[in-house]
Amino acid sequence: MSLLETIHLKKYFGDTHAVDDVSLVIKEGELVSLVGPNGAGKTSFCNVVSAYYTADSGTILFKGRDVTRDSVTARVKAGIARSFQLVNLFDDLTAFDNVALAIFSREGKTRSMAALARRDSAVTGEADAVLGQFGLAGKRNELARSLAQGERKLLDVALAYALRPKLLFLDEPTSGVSTRDKGQIMDTIAGVVRGEGITAVVVEHDMDVVFTYSDRIVVMHQGAILAKGTPDEIRTNEEVAMTLIGAAGPDAFTQRSDHARG
Amino acid sequence: MTIFIIQILNSLFYAAVLFLIAAGLSLIYGVMRIVNLAHGSLYALGAYVSAWVVGGAVGHAMSGALGLAGALLLLPIGAVVIAAVGALIEPTLLRPLYRRPEEYHLLITFGLLMILEDAMKLLFGGTPLSAGSIMDSMGSIPIGRLLYPTYNLVVVAIGLIAALGLWWFIYRTRFGVILRATSQDRRMAAALGLNVGRVYVQAFAIGCFMAGLGGAVVVPAQAAVLGMGVEALVLAFVVVVIGGLGSLEGALVGALIVSLVRTAGIQFFPEIELAVLYLIATAVLLIRPTGLFGRA
Amino acid sequence: MTAMTTTTATADTGGAAFLRLLIAATAILVGLALLPAVVDPYQTVLLTYGLVMAIAALGFNLLLGYTGLLSFGHSAYFGTGAYTVAFIVRDLGAHSMELCILGGLAGTVLVSALFGFVCVRHTRIFFGILTLALSQVLWSLAFKFFWVTGGTDGIRVAYAKLTLLGGLVDFAGPGSFQRFVFAYYYYVLALFTLATVVMWVIVHSPFGKALQAIRDNETRASFVGISVRRHRWIAFVISGAFTGLAGILWVPLNGLTTPDVLYWPFSGEIVFMSVLGGFRTFAGPIVGAVTFNYLKTAAVASTEYWQLLLGVVLVTLVLLLPSGIVGTAMRLVSRWTR
Repeated sequence: MSLLETIHLKKYFGDTHAVDDVSLVIKEGELVSLVGPNGAGKTSFCNVVSAYYTADSGTILFKGRDVTRDSVTARVKAGIARSFQLVNLFDDLTAFDNVALAIFSREGKTRSMAALARRDSAVTGEADAVLGQFGLAGKRNELARSLAQGERKLLDVALAYALRPKLLFLDEPTSGVSTRDKGQIMDTIAGVVRGEGITAVVVEHDMDVVFTYSDRIVVMHQGAILAKGTPDEIRTNEEVAMTLIGAAGPDAFTQRSDHARG
Repeated sequence: MTIFIIQILNSLFYAAVLFLIAAGLSLIYGVMRIVNLAHGSLYALGAYVSAWVVGGAVGHAMSGALGLAGALLLLPIGAVVIAAVGALIEPTLLRPLYRRPEEYHLLITFGLLMILEDAMKLLFGGTPLSAGSIMDSMGSIPIGRLLYPTYNLVVVAIGLIAALGLWWFIYRTRFGVILRATSQDRRMAAALGLNVGRVYVQAFAIGCFMAGLGGAVVVPAQAAVLGMGVEALVLAFVVVVIGGLGSLEGALVGALIVSLVRTAGIQFFPEIELAVLYLIATAVLLIRPTGLFGRA
Repeated sequence: MTAMTTTTATADTGGAAFLRLLIAATAILVGLALLPAVVDPYQTVLLTYGLVMAIAALGFNLLLGYTGLLSFGHSAYFGTGAYTVAFIVRDLGAHSMELCILGGLAGTVLVSALFGFVCVRHTRIFFGILTLALSQVLWSLAFKFFWVTGGTDGIRVAYAKLTLLGGLVDFAGPGSFQRFVFAYYYYVLALFTLATVVMWVIVHSPFGKALQAIRDNETRASFVGISVRRHRWIAFVISGAFTGLAGILWVPLNGLTTPDVLYWPFSGEIVFMSVLGGFRTFAGPIVGAVTFNYLKTAAVASTEYWQLLLGVVLVTLVLLLPSGIVGTAMRLVSRWTR
């Protein structure tokens, strides 16, 4: 059953076709990777679906309902959540408060002002559980700004996850993280997402990561979909190989991001 | 009809003064992204200094020996002094704060406002100070059956010349190019080898010069009094909000709009004249936050 | 299991911290309650002013410190509270202070809801200018409609006309001023305590956390589903109501309300207080307001040029102690205990 369907979705910035006529179906429960060279429109696609940008034209159906004109908060309430490529946290709040806030928001409690936040044992319990799931229990009382980059990446995902979304966009969850931590972060994320049966769309550069964790891969190029299929189908698709190699250099399939970051 | 013409002339006079103040405020914001709450006080200080210099000179010299021309030449001293004050303020008080949030910009300029307001009281006392001798000796010209002070027309001319001069300066000189480059992207300008620090001092000093000039030209017609700066600042705000913060053309058009509304207001709806101005500013901010001429 | 133990552990330390806070607050409160017995009435009046301004700054800081919005127009809400009380006493002939508070709060909530609705459409410098412009609308009206507002002369509100606690305490007869000074001090102290507790709960509630989230990162706040503008608006109204309450309580003390409390430099003073105490801490604005009040009184008493003195203090503060009295003290303490 399709959870998300985009129909002829378009977003242009002047001459740049960031999202160019993308029609895509995401089925419930699958983990889809969005790949392609820089500027291929992966992040823009996430941005349009999550209402960070408004679409120029086209339709976004979520659970069969047209959400194209819905606001960010309306789409979050409907069940679309996302993390960010550049970590986007509440830097002056603790890791715990960051997650708790997402839960309060999900529960529609952010307008309650007559009770102390930390006395809400249902929410604090859940927030601690989420921190535990992402291996951040020991960092609960540290300010988000003082966490290490890998921890910040995980917290960013935890925030989106705590909303208990139906559909989760993860925009480069491992970028800016050392190779050693990369696998660990993806293991944690994939474990949580699959464990809860959440549908996830992951933007990722590292093809190793993509082939290991995805059910399906969508390749984008210049704002449009170039190919889609299972990891095996994509691995053997020559057009895809040429595009990725042409844009990212000969080692695109193996160590591209490590290489790029030296 | 005569009354109408005089009203128009009055509002042009008023617009010229407001433009001088607001253009300085806008220039400083445009280049440095600082809203200078002390700007009105600098205008008032300019008025005091000019009145004091002219008054002192007239008192000392033989009234005839100094002459009108001499007094007129002394008038801009206020503007020069304020420019110097500005060149002193920027490196000492503002420069340490550029990396901090804009709350601190507002606060430090508010502190400066408090200091300047009392400094004027300290230096010039509580009694109004005027350079009325200039206005008197210029006489008046007949308009219809009424007489209109010639000096007011001179101020309108000065405002016009200042607008043209500033426009030429910003759009036609090398320094203007540097100024605009810095205002668009500070880091880029620094990367291109421009001395951003120097540009900032100069921009701030020019902005202050404009405020001082506003005070200098107003003081032969209206005496310098305590509190005039605080009042002027809010009106200058209204001007730049209507025209667009950081826009020179906006300051000109905004000044014209504000002074026309004020003139009409004093005539037809004196009680809510000021309230109407603030509401116009609010409406502009809501509908078009960048003002009529501002860039996003 | 791990999650469980962490929760209980932190709940315990949280409880201990809360207990310490409670003890400190009680000690301060007891000190404040005993003070009038040992100092002369003038000092009591001075402290009453300080506590009133502390309520104003507390309200103001919900916007600056917790929501990240710098209002340069809070004079509007202080003034609305003050003028509403004056109107109630003069035009309705009411005497009950409680009635004045209710009426004044209704007035401020109305005005701040209206102004706030407009202002929260912007942030940063535009928010500041909007709040300033709107406050000046009220100022110019109070200034110009002198047959209603008394113009620059303002409106007198004699304390002798007022009663506290629904008429239980009145100030008729001889020695009434002395009695007013003491009774009113405790009245203000009680309301100050109430206001502080309410504000403390608000900033520690889910709503308060949401405001801080909006302050830190507006974009992410909306991406966890918080309707940013709505929350800002609610914060604005609460903030206005607190500052309005201060204006209400200020009137009987001052005996007079003038357009000065609506003029924008007065808004600047409220900002000054919060920064003086430290706007990134809960207690900062309280400490700042009381300190500012003493500072201003001392400056006014010692020189005609008190504004200059205060200006120098503000400039020095911004340059050298940007985190304010409480912020700096907390940094020093944490360095010591480390």
